[in-house]
Amino acid sequence: MAKARLVGDRTNKVMVQAMERRSTDVRGRVFQISLLVTLLVSLFILAVLIVDVVMDGWGILTGRPGGFLGGTMRSLSDDPKLGVHQALVGTFWIAVFVAVLAFPIGIGAAIWLEEYAPKNRFTRFIELNIRNLAGVPSIVYGLLGLFLFVNHLEGVTGGKSIASAGITLAILVLPIVVITAQEAIRAVPQGLKEGAYGVGATKWTMIRSQVLPYAAPGILTGTLLSMSRGIGEAAPLLLVGAVSGRLGRDSGFFDFGDINADAFMAMPVIIVEWVQNSGRDPGFAEAAAAAIVVLLVFVILMNATAIFLRNHFENKRG
Amino acid sequence: MAQTEPEPSPTIGLDVDRKVGHASPESALSTVFEVENLDVYYGSFRAVHGATFTVYEHEITAMIGPSGCGKTTVLRCFNRMNDLIPGAKVEGRLDFRNVPIYDPRVDPVEVRRRIGMVFQKPNPFPKSIYDNIAFGPRVTGMAKKKGELDTIVERSLRRAALWDEVKDRLKDSALGLSGGQQQRLCIARAIAVDPDVLLMDEPCSALDPIATTRIEDLMQEIKDDYTIVIVTHNMQQAARISNRTAFFTAQLDSTTDQRCGLLVEYDRTETIFSNPSDERTENYVTGRFG
Repeated sequence: MAKARLVGDRTNKVMVQAMERRSTDVRGRVFQISLLVTLLVSLFILAVLIVDVVMDGWGILTGRPGGFLGGTMRSLSDDPKLGVHQALVGTFWIAVFVAVLAFPIGIGAAIWLEEYAPKNRFTRFIELNIRNLAGVPSIVYGLLGLFLFVNHLEGVTGGKSIASAGITLAILVLPIVVITAQEAIRAVPQGLKEGAYGVGATKWTMIRSQVLPYAAPGILTGTLLSMSRGIGEAAPLLLVGAVSGRLGRDSGFFDFGDINADAFMAMPVIIVEWVQNSGRDPGFAEAAAAAIVVLLVFVILMNATAIFLRNHFENKRG
Repeated sequence: MAQTEPEPSPTIGLDVDRKVGHASPESALSTVFEVENLDVYYGSFRAVHGATFTVYEHEITAMIGPSGCGKTTVLRCFNRMNDLIPGAKVEGRLDFRNVPIYDPRVDPVEVRRRIGMVFQKPNPFPKSIYDNIAFGPRVTGMAKKKGELDTIVERSLRRAALWDEVKDRLKDSALGLSGGQQQRLCIARAIAVDPDVLLMDEPCSALDPIATTRIEDLMQEIKDDYTIVIVTHNMQQAARISNRTAFFTAQLDSTTDQRCGLLVEYDRTETIFSNPSDERTENYVTGRFG
């Protein structure tokens, strides 16, 4: 055994042998390689998925991209007016609802929890439950939306409407917005806060001038990522009534009369719908793939915006 | 004001080149802070017990002592910065110019405007040099017009001996300055709101000796306009710059079995370093303990 060498043996030959021994850290290498393998497996699966949907939807995406984006729901897949227009508009308005409702409420709650709330059992209980809410399956939020916004608040939301769907998804992402904003606010150095207080700033001034600018990039990234998650949700929308089949006419961008009244569409739902229809009409499989690509591009564009804005704020942070 | 004194009588402590004169007789001085039987708690933990001393106007008062002796805690009571720590509680008398600043009617924001603070680690805002200095005057409503602000920024930077180094790059980020420059910027930021007192919490501990000397010189220059209370780990620094020194230590409280900060001795700096009356002070300043 090499390890049994005498400690006292420091002759040049022994030292050179010891120092130059190519230490083969087998377990370390195995660990490193297995980490690399896990990464490659995930990337490979992702690549397969993307290549698969792009190939499946290639015909539509290259054949009539404009017609597909501008087209509407049809009962036959070879209808030249088949398209995702209603779903895109629905998803866009859902995103607007999420931005208008979940962002201010979530960021406000995070500021209160981090800067104003006393640290006691009650607030710890609240924070714990916000974390729990972030883990609740999305279908449960769908049930809430169906019960509360579709049935009980029909007068306000219009029942199975884009408003019900938007509010439901806003509530779905609210816990994620709160948690990410809290983390961004918590990362603001104490020195900045004390520096502001030290020259006579009030709490509100301190938050406005130091905490929010410093936390802005983190808050922004978190909120927009939660938005991406929200607009990819299909299950809650199925419950609050994204209905297909009755959307016959072309609906305009602001034409709530058509997409709002008892029937609206969203990208994830149209994908589910077409995949289901592909049983009786195989052409819908191609349409579903093309719709997936459209949704992916939508989400990537949003994330790109988030990254751009974050870099912008980080540069301003100095 | 600062004049070279003859060498103090044979010292038992540090033999340092003092930059300041002896403290004036107490009767001739206005008091800024009067502290009496001050106890500070963090939750149920008593961090400081029974501190009693007086801070005089236009003097530099140093607080020295080993780690955990409560000197920073006491300093942070002076401008109610401890309010920011959940569970912090102050008992006893702490008057600033005869106003009990822990009275519920007192607004801590106003206290902090009059009692500025410079922190251990330079903490410039991630803004331009100009905006760092202008922050205080802006948020306190001292100056609204650009011209007034420009005047305050220049005056504060000149006062902090930083103007010549930064006057051509006022719009640059303050984070690009060196550590010593950042700390002088923080001093300039603190004096921009024209405070009465400057609290300094180990302001040189993150700086090299040259930057430290500059800050010490600066303190001597500005003490005619302000009253300075400084916490320092560096005994030579306390001996060099301060008029009076408070020596704190941490002592085991037999009832709670916790260590608690205690003011051992408060006197003129030359007395503390040459002829202290308490054995613990002597041991500390001669390096036998701590």
